[in-house]
Amino acid sequence: MKFFRIIGRSIRDAFKSVKRNFSLSIASITCVIITLIIVGVALIITFNINDFTTKLKKDLSIVVFVSNEADNFDITSLETQIKAIDNVDPDFVTYQSKAEIKEDMMKNNETFKNIMSAWDDDENPLQNTYIVKVIDANKIGETATAIKNLAKVTRVSYGEGMVEQLLMAFNGVQKFSFIAVIALVVVTTFLIINTIKLTIFSRKREISIMRLVGASNISIKLPFVFEGMLIGIIGSILPIILVVYGYYSLFDIMNGKLLTDIFTLVPPSEIVFKIGAFILLIGAVVGMLGSASAVKKYLKV
Amino acid sequence: MVIILSLIEFKNVTKQYKNGVTALYELSLEIEKGDFVFIIGSSGGGKSTLIKLLYREEKPTKGTIIMGGINVGKLRNRSVYKLRRKLGIVFQDYRLLPKLTVYENVAFALEAIGEARGNIRPKVLKALELVGLKSKVREYPDNLSGGEQQRVAIARALVNEPKVLICDEPTGNLDPAMSMEIVELLSKINETEGTTVLMVTHDKTIVNKMKKHVIALKDGHLFKDYKKGEYVDEIL
Repeated sequence: MKFFRIIGRSIRDAFKSVKRNFSLSIASITCVIITLIIVGVALIITFNINDFTTKLKKDLSIVVFVSNEADNFDITSLETQIKAIDNVDPDFVTYQSKAEIKEDMMKNNETFKNIMSAWDDDENPLQNTYIVKVIDANKIGETATAIKNLAKVTRVSYGEGMVEQLLMAFNGVQKFSFIAVIALVVVTTFLIINTIKLTIFSRKREISIMRLVGASNISIKLPFVFEGMLIGIIGSILPIILVVYGYYSLFDIMNGKLLTDIFTLVPPSEIVFKIGAFILLIGAVVGMLGSASAVKKYLKV
Repeated sequence: MVIILSLIEFKNVTKQYKNGVTALYELSLEIEKGDFVFIIGSSGGGKSTLIKLLYREEKPTKGTIIMGGINVGKLRNRSVYKLRRKLGIVFQDYRLLPKLTVYENVAFALEAIGEARGNIRPKVLKALELVGLKSKVREYPDNLSGGEQQRVAIARALVNEPKVLICDEPTGNLDPAMSMEIVELLSKINETEGTTVLMVTHDKTIVNKMKKHVIALKDGHLFKDYKKGEYVDEIL
């Protein structure tokens, strides 16, 4: 009973003191708003970078050139062997005969058409191929080597050299954006904690009197914890609105892509609510922790 | 056979601060329930330390302090509030909250210890009546005289009906007439409510006039323990 009375009073006091210490509350809330907006924007960028690199990695494929000596049986058994390799995505192993390739090339280019139309099937110097997609793009080199060692494979190509560099760059960007978000969250935490500490410092006297008249530590701490949470929650409202509406309208204005068709934006419905929830969580938790740790200092004698 | 149960007992208490200064040496004394005690002595004599040890703002380096059955020196930080609820503490600088009215300042003490809301109003008004400030409940501390502010602080200390009232130079900021009023108020509380009162002071006029139990400290030692009415002005 008494416990609930303390909780009830703490929540009531939290609202009261946010109002009573209005200017300091505004300072804290503003600090929370600014830092959380930055976190929100960073999260949107990170989600998009991740999405983009993941998509590009999925598009990477290995072209397997099959020896012209291979008969139909060899070709089918080769497909089974390729699909059996660990990192190969068995749903994405497609066969393209040299006749099909010839057709394709002739469609695309007049000069090719003129030359190639003279070839009959036996003269066609092109090779039958398999287009193979991999599960883990980072292991594309090893997979390519494994395929090359199979019988009747003359050559494999996956853009050696360039792909490795591209992958390294992607991995770097992904890692960097991840670290940047973590760093931002840490900085935000410190900023919010420090501002809240300032507001609590100004109420040192109040705390010391509470202690003097025999308030237990927990009943001194609770109102401040709720107050911190309240500041965090109030401070996260504006960033959430900005992130949700901002990203929705950005997506509309840009038609879902950034400058080129290659870089498509992640549809807002997939991420904004996750980000919103995350912002609210950071605001509330950091606000609570901040004030709890700030009050703690004044409860030691 | 008369058994006198002392409310407060100091046994060989030594207090050395972290900076190496020793404020009290092997101090032993007893204070009975319902007593009114002046603690006097020159600056740096250990008066304030003695009081701080009592309300567990400081811990003794050696020795034991018992108050109402609580071993004060052994009290854990998170249990200090149990001791404080049996005490009322008044300071020279009043320590009121300027943004709260007189009523709210006194009520604050009850709210802080989780008193039921229905009990707060009658208790606050009773305490304010006792100190003669019932007419000023809506005033803010800054609009009151020093003596009135100190009365508010006394009301706040009393509202929880403590066994002991500890006053650290409560008249230090007041003129002689107001000082006398405050001490007489404390004496009245001691008599009517039966509250044990400990008052640190260096105002000899007051001590001479009141003829109470006087504990004189000098350089951290007990200089003399004068029983009620024994004290005559000595060189201190």
